[in-house]
Amino acid sequence: MSDAAKASAPVFEPWKNPSEKPLIRFENVTKRFGDFTAIDDLTINIYEREFFALLGPSGCGKTTMMRMLGGFETPTEGAITIDGQNMSAVPPNKRAVNMMFQSYALFPHLSVAENIAFGLKRDKLPADRIAARVEEMLSLVQLNKFASRKPHQISGGQRQRVALARSLAKAPKLLLLDEPLGALDKKLRQDTQFELMDIQETTGTTFVIVTHDQEEAMTVASRIAVMDHGKIVQVDTPAKIYEEPGSVYVADFIGDVNLIKGMVVKSGNDHASISWAEGQQDLIGIAHDEIPHGTDATLAVRPEKVTISTDRPEGVTNALSGKVLDIAYLGNMSTYVIETANGTLIKAQAANTRRISRRAITWDQQVWLSFTDTAGVVLTS
Amino acid sequence: MKRFALISIPYLWLLALFLVPFLIVLKISLSDTELAIPPYTPTLDIAQGWAGVREWWAGLDMENFVWLTEDDLYWKAYLSSLKIAIISTLLTLMVGYPIAYGMTRAPDEWRPTLMMLIILPFWTSFLIRVYSWKAILSNEGLLNQLLIGIGLIDEPLVILNTNIAVYIGIVYTYLPFMVLPIYAALERLDESLLEAAEDLGCSRFTAFWLVTFPLSKQGVIAGSFLVFIPAMGEYVIPALLGGSKTLMIGKVLFEEFFANRDWPVASAVAVVLLLILIIPIVLFQRNEEKQREAGK
Amino acid sequence: MRKLSWFNTLTLTLGFAFLYIPMLILILYSFNAGKLVTVWSGFSFKWYGELFQNEAFLQAAWVTLKVAVVSSTFATILGTMAAYVMVRAGRFRGRTLFSGMIYAPLVMPEVITGLSLLLLFIAIGLDRGVLTIVLAHTTFSMCYVSVVVSSRLVTFDQSLEEAALDLGCTGFEAFRLVTLPITLPAVISGWLLAFTLSLDDLVIASFTSGPSSTTLPIKIFSAVRLGVTPEINALSTIMIGLVTIGVIGASLTSKRAIAKKQKDEREAIS
Repeated sequence: MSDAAKASAPVFEPWKNPSEKPLIRFENVTKRFGDFTAIDDLTINIYEREFFALLGPSGCGKTTMMRMLGGFETPTEGAITIDGQNMSAVPPNKRAVNMMFQSYALFPHLSVAENIAFGLKRDKLPADRIAARVEEMLSLVQLNKFASRKPHQISGGQRQRVALARSLAKAPKLLLLDEPLGALDKKLRQDTQFELMDIQETTGTTFVIVTHDQEEAMTVASRIAVMDHGKIVQVDTPAKIYEEPGSVYVADFIGDVNLIKGMVVKSGNDHASISWAEGQQDLIGIAHDEIPHGTDATLAVRPEKVTISTDRPEGVTNALSGKVLDIAYLGNMSTYVIETANGTLIKAQAANTRRISRRAITWDQQVWLSFTDTAGVVLTS
Repeated sequence: MKRFALISIPYLWLLALFLVPFLIVLKISLSDTELAIPPYTPTLDIAQGWAGVREWWAGLDMENFVWLTEDDLYWKAYLSSLKIAIISTLLTLMVGYPIAYGMTRAPDEWRPTLMMLIILPFWTSFLIRVYSWKAILSNEGLLNQLLIGIGLIDEPLVILNTNIAVYIGIVYTYLPFMVLPIYAALERLDESLLEAAEDLGCSRFTAFWLVTFPLSKQGVIAGSFLVFIPAMGEYVIPALLGGSKTLMIGKVLFEEFFANRDWPVASAVAVVLLLILIIPIVLFQRNEEKQREAGK
Repeated sequence: MRKLSWFNTLTLTLGFAFLYIPMLILILYSFNAGKLVTVWSGFSFKWYGELFQNEAFLQAAWVTLKVAVVSSTFATILGTMAAYVMVRAGRFRGRTLFSGMIYAPLVMPEVITGLSLLLLFIAIGLDRGVLTIVLAHTTFSMCYVSVVVSSRLVTFDQSLEEAALDLGCTGFEAFRLVTLPITLPAVISGWLLAFTLSLDDLVIASFTSGPSSTTLPIKIFSAVRLGVTPEINALSTIMIGLVTIGVIGASLTSKRAIAKKQKDEREAIS
C-alpha cells in the first residue's frame, strides 16, 4: 500500500495525529478517599467520537474516573478539562456530559417517555420540541410502543435501552456508561453490544464506558485503557492490547495466555530470546525495546497460536516437548494442557475442523508444541 | 449552606426539646426542695453574672440521691420494677415465640392477614387495650364468672389490683413487639437448613433446638429488649391494673411529682431510672448493629 | 402448599384469641343496656347517645385531634429532614450526638420524657396548654418518623438522585422531583404513626397539658381509674372501629398495588 492510500484510508486513529485536540484531558489527576488512593497521578487524553473503554478489576479506580467526568467526585489534585474547559468547579447539572448508570437509575414513578423527557424539561425547552426529541429517541432505541409504560412494566433489556435513550436525549458531548450491560444475560449482552456501537456511530457522541468484562471492551471500544490500582497500565486498540500486551498484568487480564518464565539471552531486531528450561531450546518472541542480557523475563503466548503435533515440527523457530496432561473438548475447538519436563504447564488450542479429528493425540502422550517468532511477546514487567 | 440548614433545624429542635430538658432534670435532681414556685433551690440567676453561677453551683449536692438509698420505698420500687419487667418479658417470650413460629409455618396466602392481625392492636389505643382487662379480671368479672360457672372454683379469684394483673397487662400490650422481630428472624430462615438437619439424623424436635432456635436468637434478643425497656418505666399498666401494693418506679415518679410535688426527688428518681436503663439500651443497640451487619 | 400442624394451629388460635377476645368483650359490652359492664342486660345504643351528650369528652376529643394533626405534620417535616441528614449528609461535627438524640426518645420511658419537658416549659415560663403538648408530641414522634423514613431512604438507590443531577436538576429539584415522590409512602406512614402516637399518648400529655387543654386519653384515664364505665366502652369501640377500618383499608390497598406490580412484571417479560 502506498503512503497516499494509507492517508486516505478511513482509519479512525485521532490519538496518532499530534495536531488533533483531545476532548477530555486528565492531567496528573489524583483522587484520595481518606487514606485510600483511588486514582494515582493519572494523565490521559480521550478524543472526540472515540468509544473509549476503562477496563479493570473492581476497585481499580475506573468508576472513580468516570464519576469525576460526570462531576460526582472532584479530583484531589490535578485537572480534568473537557473541550479545553477546566471542569473542577462545574457541578453535574451544568455539564454537557450525561451518564448511563449501572442500575439504570430509571425513575420508577415516571413513564418511559417522561424518563426520556426529564432532562429536556430541565433545559426549559418548548413542549413540542421536547415531544419531538422524545419521539426521536424512542425510535433510536425502538421503544415507541412502550412510551407510556412504567419502568417496572418493561423487560431488563428494554430498561437498558430507555436508560441509554434518556442519557442521549440532551445530545451530550460525552456519554458515560457505567457497566451498561452488566445486568443483561449473555446472549442479550452480545446483541446489545453491537446496538451500542451502531448508536454511537449514528449519533457521533464520544462514549466512555466502564467495564470489568474484557470481551465487552474488546468488542465495542476503539481504545481500551487497562487499569490497576489507580493507574493506567496500558492504553491501546483492542488488537494491540491482545496481541502485544505491555506487561504480564495486561496479558493475564485479557484472554487466556501462557506465561513462560525465563532469562533473556539475546535481544535486538524487535525480538528477544529467552532460555527457560534445561534440555529445551530457547524461545523467541517480540520485544520492541532492547533488553539487557540476563534480565528475568516472561514470554506470553496465546494458546490459539500454539500448534500441537505428535512429531517434532520442521522449520519452526519455537518448539518444545511435553506430555499431555489434560484435554478439554469444547465443541468448536479443543484445549490441550501439556506438562514439560520441568513441570511448566502450557496450553494449546486446536480448532476441531473435522469430526472427531485429532484422535491421534491422547492423555500421557509425548507431543511437540510450536509457534512462530511473532506469536509471543517477551515482557519484563 | 443548604446542607447547613438541613442539619441545623432538626438538630436545634432536638437540642432544645430533648437534651436541654434532660439537663434541667439533672440539675434539679441536685437541688434542694423548697416550698416555693418553682419548688426547688437554688435557681440559676443569670442576671447576677458570674457570682450567680457560683452560688448556683455551690447549692448543688447529692442529697436527693442519698435520700433515694435511705428511704426503702425507692430501692424497693426499683427492684420490684426490675422483677416485674423481667418476669413479664419472659412470659411475653413464652407466649410470643409459638405465635411467631406458627405464623412462619402458616400457608403463604394467610401470612399477610396474620401479619395484619398482629399489627392491628399496635395501632389501637394502648390505654383502651389495658382498660379492656379491667372488666375481665375484676372479682365480678367475666373470667371469674366463667370459672365459677363451670364449677372450677367457688370463690372468685382476686386478680385485678395485684401483680398478676400487671403481668397479664404487659404481656398483652407488648406482645406485638415480641412477635414481630422473632417472626422476621424466623422468616429469613432457609427451610433447607431444617431438611439438612433431618437428613443428618435430627428428629423434628432436635432440629428445632439445634437449628431454628439458635438462628432466631437475634429476634428473641431484640423482642425481649423491646418489651423489657418500656416495661421497666411503665406507668399506665400498674396504675390501672395493679394494686396499691404494686410498686413500679414509673408510678412512684408520677406520684412523687403530682401528689407530693417533690420535684428534686422526682428528678433524682428519673436520673437513676435512666442510669439503670442505659445498660439494656446499649445492649439492644449493639444487637441491632450486629443484625444489620449480618444482613449485609 | 403447606398444611399447619395441629400444634401450630392451636398456638395461633390461642394466641389470636388472647389478643382479640378482650377487645371483642369491650365492644360487646358497649351495647349493653345496663350500667354494669360485667352483666349482660340487653342490647342498646344508649351509651353511644350518652357519649355524644358529654360535652367534656367532645371538648377533649377536639383538643386531641387538633394536637395530633398539628404535631404529626411538624413531626413529619422535621423527622424527614432528620432522616435525610442521618442517611445522606455524611459526616459532620456532632453526628453521634444527633443520632443519639434521634434514637434515645424511642427507648426513653415516657415518664422521663414528660417530666423533663414539663421542667423545661416551667424554666422558660411557657404556660402549659395546647402549644406545649404539640411541642412535646412533635419532639418524640419526629424520632419515630425519622426511623420509618430513613429505613426507606437506606434502600433508596442513590444513583436515582445522581441521574437527576446529571440530567440538569439542582439539588432541591432532584429532591422534589425524584426523592420525595419515591419516598412518599414512607413519609405518609410516618405521618400516620406520629398521628396515632399523639392520639394515644397519656403520660407525656399529662405532664405537658394545662387545665384548659385536657386530651382524650387524660379524660379516659381519669374516668377508668375509678372503674369500668359503659360510656368508655362506647368510646373505645368507636376508636377501635376507626383504626380497624384504616388498617384494613391500607393493607388492602397495598396488597392490590403489589398484585398489580407483579402482574405488570409478568407481562413485561412475555
